[in-house]
Amino acid sequence: MGNKSSLLLREEEIAQIQEETGFTPNQIERLYSRFTSLDKNDCGTLSREDFLRIPELAINPLSERIVHSFFAESHDDRVNFLQFMRVLAHFRPIRKKRENKLNSREEKLRFAFSMYDLDSDGKISRDELLAILHMMVGVNISEEQLTSIAERTILEADTNNDQMISFEEFCRALERTDVEQKMSIRFLN
Amino acid sequence: VKPKKERTFVIAAVEFHRVETPFLIGLWIFFASLAKIGFHMVPKFSKMFPESCLLIFVGVLIGALLLSTHSVHVQPLTPDTFFLYMLPPIILDAGYFMPNRLFFDHLGTILLFAVVGTVFNTLTIGASLWACGLTGIFGCTTPLLDMLLFGALISAVDPVAVLAVFEEIHVNEVLYIVVFGESLLNDAVTVVLYHMFEAYTEMGTSRLMYTDFLAGFASFLVVAVGGTCIGVVWGFATGLVTRFTNEVRVIEPIFIFVMAYLAYLNAEMFHMSGILAITFCGITMKNYVEANISHKSHTTIKYTMKMLSSSSETIIFMFLGVATVNNNHVWNTWFVLLTIVFCSVFRIIGVYIFSAVANKFRLHKLNTVEKFVMSYGGLRGAVAFALVLLIDPEVVKLQPMFVTTTIAVIYFTVFIQGITIKPLVKILNVKTVEKRKPTMNERIHERFMDHLMAGVEDILGKHGNHHMRDKFKRFDNRFIRPFLLRNYQGAEPKILETYSKLAMRDAIEYMQRNASTI
Repeated sequence: MGNKSSLLLREEEIAQIQEETGFTPNQIERLYSRFTSLDKNDCGTLSREDFLRIPELAINPLSERIVHSFFAESHDDRVNFLQFMRVLAHFRPIRKKRENKLNSREEKLRFAFSMYDLDSDGKISRDELLAILHMMVGVNISEEQLTSIAERTILEADTNNDQMISFEEFCRALERTDVEQKMSIRFLN
Repeated sequence: VKPKKERTFVIAAVEFHRVETPFLIGLWIFFASLAKIGFHMVPKFSKMFPESCLLIFVGVLIGALLLSTHSVHVQPLTPDTFFLYMLPPIILDAGYFMPNRLFFDHLGTILLFAVVGTVFNTLTIGASLWACGLTGIFGCTTPLLDMLLFGALISAVDPVAVLAVFEEIHVNEVLYIVVFGESLLNDAVTVVLYHMFEAYTEMGTSRLMYTDFLAGFASFLVVAVGGTCIGVVWGFATGLVTRFTNEVRVIEPIFIFVMAYLAYLNAEMFHMSGILAITFCGITMKNYVEANISHKSHTTIKYTMKMLSSSSETIIFMFLGVATVNNNHVWNTWFVLLTIVFCSVFRIIGVYIFSAVANKFRLHKLNTVEKFVMSYGGLRGAVAFALVLLIDPEVVKLQPMFVTTTIAVIYFTVFIQGITIKPLVKILNVKTVEKRKPTMNERIHERFMDHLMAGVEDILGKHGNHHMRDKFKRFDNRFIRPFLLRNYQGAEPKILETYSKLAMRDAIEYMQRNASTI
């Protein structure tokens, strides 16, 4: 508080973000200072390069998709703070008192699903799944093995036999997973 | 046998002495196992009582029988047999089949309860008993140090008892791992506090200096960190050895058991925490061993481990029962009552204080019901009993009273709490789980979420659980796995493992369904 970054954030902006995302003002200010420290050119928005400059993120196998998911809403190649916060709001832990449309179980799942579904046709195809598997598993495994893993995964989830995983099938396959826990982060106050 | 005058060739003779020890051991195991079968044949009993209660009960019956027949009074549960032979299998089983992910996710909470919680319980129980002693209610002198020594051994939650009860009720995984993890990790604290107060009692109050307390704190770090390190080193060594066993598959299980046991003895040798050593040995080796050994060896290991631990557990509870029946009890009603009251009250207070602290840092907040089950599930067991037997009655004059009281507390927790916890869990509607293998979708999407969360943590510049796990995994995949595994297949071994397991299951099912056509 009181540092340079918090001065740049106007009160009504904080209120709007708070309203929309459910973050507390303290969390917003904290995240804003992180946002400005990522913003190397001081232009109030982040580019893909700004994200990929984070060393740990750059070696994350899914870095490209994660960064991509931040740009889903923006039409140009920059994210402003509000868009940044909207994406992060998906990872807020679910509390009974503070319901919010962005961090419900379904929204969390939808967020994960859209990261698979690159062409946004509402279905995960075999190739989309394979692409993710390639990123996660690495190069030491034979192509056939990966293909059969992908096929098996689709077969398991696919209930309407279209060889794809729709969002409903995706949710059903993760019915017993504690998504509320797995996709939540404790944001510091 | 009547003596014969002429030396003829004896056709048959009884030579009991030669086989006495192994024969008695065999008989104990045999009867304990028979008793276990017996309970499962009466479903009414096994639904109402946890197995541990019934085993203690059978133990008491046998003890009474032995006492009334005036046969040589045997004391089968000595501290040495307990710590060297009966405890290691149970702890190894627990460590080896530990859900690693869950354990490390909740490590902060577990450590808070195991370390700070146990110290809190020891000091409060010891001090309160001492304070009550000042009023003369016990009818004997109760020095502060003796009380603290007693507090140290009585305040440790027992992994054997907790496992025995919690395995049967299947509470949700968070509750399970917190209580069970606490019972495993508090060993280091118990060992240190116990040895510390033991040494202090021998030195006497007058010669204590503040440096002794600092030494106590330092020795806690040594005992805990040392035990853990010994375990981890032996765990890696086991991984390395199994890398070369592909020509001699039959001895694979040997390495797992012997090396884990050596880790335990190795730690005990240096007075470090053997329980921590063998737990972490199990946790460490599992990652590497499972990739190296054959499917059949894996099955052997699994079942041998389960068998050893469940028979150890059976015998421990039965021996506890047998050990109860003897003539050396010193019953002190007030002392027993107050100990039980303080144990329960401070457990509850401790759980509430420390879970309030933990909740400040946790994603999943511990709710009231969970707090209650945690405080209620703090069972005391054979570790306390073995420790109280280790006290030298020459130094601590109250030792016989301590023994009786410890037994009473164990009975109270195992019987009253053990029997009521199952219905309580039902009444309070605690979430329960069934164990199952992950499906392909769950495996992949959950891994995907882990990577995603690690990425988000990095974007936030926050070094949380996901970030640490990611870091370790990367290190593991680059520097450890290539050296310890025979067929190193790159990252994400779990996805492959799940796949091959599912494929194997499908193949077996297919074979069974189409047996006639093949």
